[in-house]
Amino acid sequence: MKEIRLHGRGGQGSVTAAEMIAVAAFEDKRFSQAFPAFGVERRGAPVMAFARIADQPIRIRSQIYEPDYVIVQDVTLLDVVDVAAGLKPTGKIIINTDRPREALKLKTDAKVITIDATKIAMEILKRPIVNTTMLGAFCGACKEVGLESMNKAISERFKGELGKKNLLAIKAAFERVS
Amino acid sequence: MSEKTANMKVVEGSYAVAHAVMCCRPDVISAYPITPQTHIVENLSQMVADGELDSEFLTVDSEFSALSVLIGSSACGARSYSSTTSQGLALMYEVLYNVSGMRLPIVMNVANRALGAPLNIWNDQQDSVGARDVGWLQIYVEDVQEAVDATLQAYKIAEDAEIRTPIMVCMDGFILTHVYEPVELLDKEKAREFLPAYQPADILDPAHPKTFGAFADPSTYTEFRYQQFEAQLKALDKIEKVAREFEETFGRYYGGLIDSYQAEDAEIVIVTLGSVIGTIKDAIDAMRSEGKKVGLVKVRSYRPFPVQALRKALKDASVIAVIEKDVAIGSEAGLVTDLKAAFYNSNIRIPIIGFTAGLGGRDITVKDIRKIVDKAETARKGIEFEFEFLNLRMEIL
Repeated sequence: MKEIRLHGRGGQGSVTAAEMIAVAAFEDKRFSQAFPAFGVERRGAPVMAFARIADQPIRIRSQIYEPDYVIVQDVTLLDVVDVAAGLKPTGKIIINTDRPREALKLKTDAKVITIDATKIAMEILKRPIVNTTMLGAFCGACKEVGLESMNKAISERFKGELGKKNLLAIKAAFERVS
Repeated sequence: MSEKTANMKVVEGSYAVAHAVMCCRPDVISAYPITPQTHIVENLSQMVADGELDSEFLTVDSEFSALSVLIGSSACGARSYSSTTSQGLALMYEVLYNVSGMRLPIVMNVANRALGAPLNIWNDQQDSVGARDVGWLQIYVEDVQEAVDATLQAYKIAEDAEIRTPIMVCMDGFILTHVYEPVELLDKEKAREFLPAYQPADILDPAHPKTFGAFADPSTYTEFRYQQFEAQLKALDKIEKVAREFEETFGRYYGGLIDSYQAEDAEIVIVTLGSVIGTIKDAIDAMRSEGKKVGLVKVRSYRPFPVQALRKALKDASVIAVIEKDVAIGSEAGLVTDLKAAFYNSNIRIPIIGFTAGLGGRDITVKDIRKIVDKAETARKGIEFEFEFLNLRMEIL
């Protein structure tokens, strides 16, 4: 089983991103589960969401404390949340930032992947909403979920022109980290 | 969750349950939104607005009104549905007794949540376990698929002419209402065959005047309660029978009154309710691989309380640990007390220890289950405590 923790701020679509991971993984013929870190939702407040992917039905319901992968949608969270907490040394953490990874001073033995998802989102979506872009980076960096399955999940969730633009953002991020 | 099938889809638990309710074709829905039940009624309201579901959806000023409205609709012979949680269930309290006393087969999904004060929106089961004696049947589910399936089963049980008793289908708030996981949504036509239209025995009808729940003086009141009591005992068979019928039609079975996992040769048996079962099963697999004979008995029907089924399933255990997300302040907790009572007059003598855990949304992990099993092993040699709050934070007391 692979466990994923997503960090974001309320309004950045972290829960939707976790949902998309679960939908795409199921599309890949694997079992999946996604859920928010249940809190009092407020725009801008630090939030978390979780996803699990496995080859067997998933029964466990506890939160995720030792993730294989961490996705950080907003680099300013690094000042307030220990985003690498419990991250497996063999795991990966993907951070949306324009800073070089050395500047982040993350306390982890896991592989740190940085991507300027905000820039990609602004160029393609014209909005600083990075959740789908980060999913592209996740597909490219972790190879846990197929890009085609992710595209399918996104297309079902975001229809029409918005859906198409999101696919472009995913593709750009996927290629950047692959 | 059963084996993967082509019909499965990853959806939110609340949507899956709303879809199941749609397949039950309620004539009347009345509910008041409250976290974490909100998505269930939002989805239902959307289905009605979209014409997908032909129900009268009545918006009301409170949970008290929501269930009161359904007394009228159900008494007139309309299949009636509501959903609530926590303070909402508490606000319904007076009406809960009226519904069960009038023998109205209303189905209600309870999205289990803690009660205030202190204010807490997270999951536990103090709300419905606290309402265990109001005369409603109560089924607790372990995953979204079971929540879906139990909702359809619930109407078939409740509306049976011999039962005529309302049911709460209890699902852990957030943990099951807000999770996205693969679910096989019910097939509308199959659901219709499984659950035909409601055929009430008695209804309010101006052409044949009668009254429901009016007045019973000391000469008859006891007999009303006795009949309710008897109906719940009859539901013991009915719940099992409906679960089996459901299996024939849909191929899924979760136990009727109870279910078990690795319990047959288990020395240490955990007894519990609800979604923590998934985590316990994973913990059991890990402990079994280390040679520990641990098993699980799931109480699916908490009301009626399946005394005989539990005696049978647990008689060979060496020690029993009950884990539950409720507390009976001033006593112990609901399930552990009921279980001890079930054993006292039998010839079964097994140490039983109880744990309240997961209150107000505190996470329950595999590590916690191991801790409980360790304590149970100690209790096997002699009980040092009967009831404990798990993971009590002594440093903030």
